[in-house]
Amino acid sequence: MRTRVLGWLDERMGLTAIYHSVLDRKVPKVNWAFTLGSASLFLAVTQGLTGIFLMVYYVPHPDQAYESVNYITHDVAFGWLIRGIHHWGATLMVVVVFLHMLRTFFYAAYKYPREITWLTGVLLLLITLGMGFTGYLLPWNQRAYWATTVGTSIAGTVPFLGPFIESALRGGSDLSALTLARFFSAHIWTLPAALAGLIGIHLYLVIRLGISHIPAEDE
Amino acid sequence: MPEKVSGEGLDRRSFVTGVVGLMGGIIAAVIGLPALGYLLAPALKNTASDEWVPLGPLEGVPIDQPTLFSFTRVKQVGWERNAASYGVYVIRGSDGSLSILSNICTHLSCRVSWKDENQDYVCPCHDGHFGKDGAVLSGPPPRPLDRFEHRVDEAGTLLIHLVEG
Repeated sequence: MRTRVLGWLDERMGLTAIYHSVLDRKVPKVNWAFTLGSASLFLAVTQGLTGIFLMVYYVPHPDQAYESVNYITHDVAFGWLIRGIHHWGATLMVVVVFLHMLRTFFYAAYKYPREITWLTGVLLLLITLGMGFTGYLLPWNQRAYWATTVGTSIAGTVPFLGPFIESALRGGSDLSALTLARFFSAHIWTLPAALAGLIGIHLYLVIRLGISHIPAEDE
Repeated sequence: MPEKVSGEGLDRRSFVTGVVGLMGGIIAAVIGLPALGYLLAPALKNTASDEWVPLGPLEGVPIDQPTLFSFTRVKQVGWERNAASYGVYVIRGSDGSLSILSNICTHLSCRVSWKDENQDYVCPCHDGHFGKDGAVLSGPPPRPLDRFEHRVDEAGTLLIHLVEG
């Protein structure tokens, strides 16, 4: 029965072909540093799932953001766990994605024909940092408020364009409900959508090109 | 080492498949049950309440004329304290009888209102009609308007028994 159903689906969707090209790829003899990409993907998915769960209770309004986060942490069953995973997962994801970049750099895996994989990877690192920056404001506590004040002020030190960038980030001259709303929308829509699209391209290229071997001494 | 441990009817391959399935099930439960608890937390919270609410002095309430009394109760909902509003109709009979009807329609919980011209309560949602005593006259409501237990204290204040949850 099971084989018949799978066979029926396979005939129409080409599942076996997908399975073979994704999971039965030939890989060179590599080390544990080559698991950092999968680890990044796992963390991104975890952040997405826990983020969706946090959205059930979180309210992006200056009067309620802090209270709703407090409610998640102290009143909702396992709320502390889901928020904790999202909080620590964010830090871990920045670390792991950065290490993934270092590995690619040190093994010279960014060279022909993998330049586009590298470029999308650079964007993915920047988006990961953007997720960290926008997410940090959302609890709307003292630390979040002042960290974002400082962070957006740093953006304001750019020559010529600085003041414009600063007020564009803040949605005005100071942090306000507008800042919280735009950081929230960037954190749950714009950046995740860009992240998902780029991960798609990045993975397609990894599957298409295979992974590079560890350079030999004379290379 | 033999390729297969046979004789017991369980070879290595099906043993591994079974263990993987079992472990997968345990992991799914460990992740899924807290996730379900998280989503359902507000629904599982006990919000039952049982109290006597003073409506005001009974003296002065018109005879044979349904009179709406409104009051609010403050409730903790999530991270907010909300004021929930209630309305009850007090009907004071000329013989000294007293009945307190809820203004919540028994069909789908819209609020009914007393219409003097037709001498009935009308629910605007699905055109339900109730008589002065709360009995269904026409429309979809399945049962008469709910009644509240009530008493009048020494000072002449009317109180109703509000039970929720």
